[in-house]
Amino acid sequence: MRYLPKGPAERQEMLEAIGAHNIEELFHSIPDEFRLREPLHLPGPLSEAGIIEYFRARAAENARGYTSFLGAGVYQHFRSVVTDALIQRGEFLTSYTPYQAEIAQGTLQSIFEFQTLMCQLTGQEVANASMYDGSTALTEAVLMAERLTSRRNVLVARTLHPEYRQVLATYAKHCDLNVTEVGFTSSGQLDTSTLSPESLAHAAAVVVQSPNYFGVVEDIPALAPIAHAHGALLVTCITEAVSLGIVRPPAEADIVAMEAQSFGVAPSFGGPFVGVIASRDKFVRQMPGRLVGQASDAEGRRGYVLTLATREQHIRREKATSNICTNEALFALAATIHLCLMGKEGLREMAQQNLSKAHFALAELTKIPGVRHCFSGPVFNEFALEFPRSVKIINHALLREKIIGPLPLGVNYPEQTKCGLVAVTETMPRAEIERFAAAIRQILARPV
Amino acid sequence: MAYPSGLRYTQQHEWVKVEGDTGTVGITDYAQQELGDVVYVDLPKIGSTLKAGESLGTVESVKAVSEIYSPVSGEVTALNDLLQGAPEKINQDPQGEAWLVRVKLSHPKEAESLMDGAAYDAYVSAKSKEH
Repeated sequence: MRYLPKGPAERQEMLEAIGAHNIEELFHSIPDEFRLREPLHLPGPLSEAGIIEYFRARAAENARGYTSFLGAGVYQHFRSVVTDALIQRGEFLTSYTPYQAEIAQGTLQSIFEFQTLMCQLTGQEVANASMYDGSTALTEAVLMAERLTSRRNVLVARTLHPEYRQVLATYAKHCDLNVTEVGFTSSGQLDTSTLSPESLAHAAAVVVQSPNYFGVVEDIPALAPIAHAHGALLVTCITEAVSLGIVRPPAEADIVAMEAQSFGVAPSFGGPFVGVIASRDKFVRQMPGRLVGQASDAEGRRGYVLTLATREQHIRREKATSNICTNEALFALAATIHLCLMGKEGLREMAQQNLSKAHFALAELTKIPGVRHCFSGPVFNEFALEFPRSVKIINHALLREKIIGPLPLGVNYPEQTKCGLVAVTETMPRAEIERFAAAIRQILARPV
Repeated sequence: MAYPSGLRYTQQHEWVKVEGDTGTVGITDYAQQELGDVVYVDLPKIGSTLKAGESLGTVESVKAVSEIYSPVSGEVTALNDLLQGAPEKINQDPQGEAWLVRVKLSHPKEAESLMDGAAYDAYVSAKSKEH
């Protein structure tokens, strides 16, 4: 489909058709205080050579040659060149939203396959075409639980990613939704002893991340009956999608929200990412966003359509299930291509490598005097360590060794000031893990 | 289809049948014709409170989604379970078998201000001529 810009004559014609004198008149409903009355302060245009030089200089600012142990919701994983090559095809890269099924079969089929893969991975029955990212998917999952239960409270694990909790809080503030945080035990898992029957009986959902922010895998099959016994739903969040290659899928959860960046999407500047929402078939009417269905045409041939669109904003306006009216199609496609390349065995193998390398790193690091694992619960490829010295000081020294060290947990968990989060994926060579452990050992051996 | 005199009708094309303090609510034959093939009905929960003129749910057809406005005030006491599995019944028998909800009326006299069968028949005939 072509997009041709309009000239002054066409604009005038359109204004006349709707009975307006000028474009300014169309904005009169926006309060004056929110109107920009001066030009935007943007830098001037650059020549082609200037633009290339500008981006070269920005690219050179990347921390090349550093070894990073950062994770916390964004993970460095193997990405095949095949993925980037395919998603840059014009049919995918510049295609518009596939409202007209007749001309968008390829796009619709790729989305349908993404939905299918997400259902298979999460153990759920229906998944949508994707959300902006994991944090908005999680928030939409909570709002979905609120609609399903007609309850306005949610019990949210403190071990849910702090930034996800911030996004949820922003929505909650304007949606008359009460968020109560639930603590964790020495295992790093949800402290179920603080979930009272009264609080559960008023809760739309118990919201838990697994593996959680501390890398600890939660006992989802045990949590579901606790929530369900009091009419609350269980919402499970996944920020490290590769974990599904080896961790049991959260089939007992009622709604699953996930960040799928680990499937073939580069970490970039922390985005753009791709969110996933999956749930049970019986809840599909309350699911937000775009949904592709498989149908057949008048001659019985397979075809794809946007389905159940009456949940969506372009049909239902303010009564829609959500104000999301698009999806992260290109990165959902990247995830689909990535998963098809990896296959079932490949994903399992990748997850196994993450598990092995992270556990090797955990063992090496906790051999260092004064360094211990903060939590006793099972971990996948990320874990929290307690150090005898400030994590910030350790990181400062590590940078000189070209190592980006643990993420200090004290920023978001004031009681964990001596703790840092370490992620180890399949991309990390064994020698680098050993160099990391040796560097920390040396830093801690120095006199304070 | 005729519009029986025993029912009362709204301008938004819902009907109510009052028996004592119980009201049975549905959409009219005119409404189902305008909607086309109904594929889904979203109804309130049993026990929820309805106010006359306010939305009680939605009817979705292959071409539109429409709000259903309650003709009466009261508490929902029953839903028509038939419709969850067979929403197409609304096209077949909208003023009989395919009722939507039963309501315990808070003001049983409220429905008297609505149109009777003859008045509604005249109302929709005039509407049809507009088309």
